[in-house]
Amino acid sequence: MNESSDLPPWLEFFTFSNVNVTFVFLGCVLLGMSTGVLGCFAFLRKRSLLGDALAHAALPGVCAAFLLTGTKNPLIILGGAMVSCWMGALSVELIVRYTRCKEDSALGMVLSVFFGVGIVLLTYIQRTGEAAQAGLDKFLFGQAAALVDRDVWTLGILSVLILVVVAIAYKEFKLFSFDPEFAAGIGLPVRLIEIILATLIVVAVGIGLQAVGVVLMAAMLVTPAAGARYWTERLGVMLVAAGSFGALSGGLGAYISYLSPKMPTGPWMVVAATILFVISFTFAPRRGVLPRVLRHFRFRRRTAEENVLRTLYLLGEPLGQWNDSFSTNELLQYRSMPTAQLAHTLNRLIHKALVKEPAQGRYALTDFGVTRAARVTRLHRLWELYLTRKLEIAPDHVHDDAEEIEHILTPELELRLEALLEHPDEDPHASRIPGRFVPGESGG
Amino acid sequence: MDTQPFYVAALDGLFGSFPTDADSLWVMLIGSLVGASCALVGSFLILRRLSMLGDAISHAVLPGIVIAFLLTGSRNIFPMLIGAGALGLLTAFLTDSLHRYGKLQSDASIGVTFTWLFAVGVILISRFAGQVDLDTDCVLYGEIIFAPLDVLIIGDNEYGPRAVWMLGGVTLANLLFVVFGYKQLKVCAFDPELAASLGIKVSLWHYLLMGAVSMTTVGAFESVGAILVVAMLVVPPNIAYLLTDRLGLMIALAVFFGILSAVLGYWVAYWLDASVAGAMATVSGLLFVLVALFSPTHGVIARVVAQRRLGSSTIEFADSAPS
Repeated sequence: MNESSDLPPWLEFFTFSNVNVTFVFLGCVLLGMSTGVLGCFAFLRKRSLLGDALAHAALPGVCAAFLLTGTKNPLIILGGAMVSCWMGALSVELIVRYTRCKEDSALGMVLSVFFGVGIVLLTYIQRTGEAAQAGLDKFLFGQAAALVDRDVWTLGILSVLILVVVAIAYKEFKLFSFDPEFAAGIGLPVRLIEIILATLIVVAVGIGLQAVGVVLMAAMLVTPAAGARYWTERLGVMLVAAGSFGALSGGLGAYISYLSPKMPTGPWMVVAATILFVISFTFAPRRGVLPRVLRHFRFRRRTAEENVLRTLYLLGEPLGQWNDSFSTNELLQYRSMPTAQLAHTLNRLIHKALVKEPAQGRYALTDFGVTRAARVTRLHRLWELYLTRKLEIAPDHVHDDAEEIEHILTPELELRLEALLEHPDEDPHASRIPGRFVPGESGG
Repeated sequence: MDTQPFYVAALDGLFGSFPTDADSLWVMLIGSLVGASCALVGSFLILRRLSMLGDAISHAVLPGIVIAFLLTGSRNIFPMLIGAGALGLLTAFLTDSLHRYGKLQSDASIGVTFTWLFAVGVILISRFAGQVDLDTDCVLYGEIIFAPLDVLIIGDNEYGPRAVWMLGGVTLANLLFVVFGYKQLKVCAFDPELAASLGIKVSLWHYLLMGAVSMTTVGAFESVGAILVVAMLVVPPNIAYLLTDRLGLMIALAVFFGILSAVLGYWVAYWLDASVAGAMATVSGLLFVLVALFSPTHGVIARVVAQRRLGSSTIEFADSAPS
């Protein structure tokens, strides 16, 4: 595009020397940012697909604006689109409030019926033979590359407006999104907030339609917000994250279609947003899938280890010889688990110096292992005692529960339990409860 | 003509005479089949709060159609239907997985999944623009008015429009599915936990229902356009939902309103000379508004009247209370 530059295209982009390209880039970034931020509020109200429904609901307005004025002035068409989007939002609200139909049904009905009306109008326009209608339906499919400066100005100003309104009314929006009844209770004008939020989404849909089209507009309201949700429990952080995801996707979309002009901007924005979503979904700490699976896996491993330790402890208990060695068969008789799992678990315990293998195939607790095993046993028996004594559950019903809790109880809870039970010596089955630090024959 | 009741004459004056030529009847039959097949599965869809899935599937099948087209290099309909069907199931699967394993709320799961697949479809079309004689219009706006022209021909014999066979098959399959799976579908729709405790495989039935929705969507939009499918999946079941609390009756009413929307919609389209699918969707919307206002059990007016009566009787009670 710019013949005077000898930089490769992928770098030249970042000089922003081409004014047109820069305009498209800025437009997409602003659009992504504002839709990302707005999407969070729709997401929290479980109306992520509102954008999809409203984007479809724009069609009758586009057609009606053309039918009434006979011009294709983009501002008039945009006005028509926004009016019918707004009526769509109102219809969703009315259906949810005054009928027993659910939100998803309201969205589906508004989407399909409004679009149906739009198609009727569109075919009506086509058959009345107006030559000027060509390209009217294209309004809905969006061409970011065809954006001219004036469009970008409109888009930019409206995007900034959206962000400013969100910043000003942040506290009210937040309260309303999480607890509309409480918001109403403390005297906030919930109807007004609702109207403002709906209007902002309508504005975003209206400006986005031209740039990215119906479906992709819907995506920009859902995907960045859904991705941002994985990273945080706080709305402020979520808004910033969703805004950044949206802006980044917008920028990437513009960049890719700059490098390969055949490539449409909108779909690449959506693909970029989806990649960011998948990264969040997979890797985000706490809520991401991979960390969750890992935590679960580690917990199961630790449970298996503690079970083996406790079994060795119980085997040594009758003679008070906790360092005695036992074969895997003896272990398995006491506690059944898959042989391979037992072997792996023993290996890990040996590695951690909790268990030693004094002879081939025989295993014994090390002194350190005895301490750990005693603690697990102690928690198990304390819990059994707590259940029988305080909650008055029959002694033969408490074992399974203790099997679970022994891996979870923290040292703080252990102290509380001990105090609550007045430093007991024996569990409900008359087994000795090991002391807190060192298990000696003399007891703790 | 003198023997006609006055309202027929009145409607005649309004809409012109009711079209009864062969093509019109075929279109009405096709529309009715779409209405019936969509209403059968749509009733369960709206109870599961998955109304937007029809819209999602009808967009998400785009890459499947493009890939089938690229692989076979022809516009033969069967590979495309297979591609579309596969993508429909993939949509249902991804949506369900994001919801179940990713703990993402279901509306957002649907939104993320189908917009992404649609974007991939558009990118594929742009990438292979030279080879793909497809555009989003032809995928999403199959026009029901042309459906009677596409006649099933076996050997030298014509057997009526292909869409009638196709949609007839889909309707029959859905009917059998709903009849034989009625109990399981019902329990799963209202109380999945109870279903699980009764030994019903909830996720199996979920996927069977999703399979039926995909099949219906894909089978129908190819001949009548996506928007009609989306409308028929959601609107008639919701009309029925406002009229009854019993599932069996709700499904029957949904089928009835699906067919009614199709027939009246065709009439309106004929009168306006406009898109038939659009008119059918529009009429279903008008029927919804009417029922939402006037339903004797769940209508807005009935509820307001009931509230008034309750209010006034409370006042009477307060007046007559001994002080």
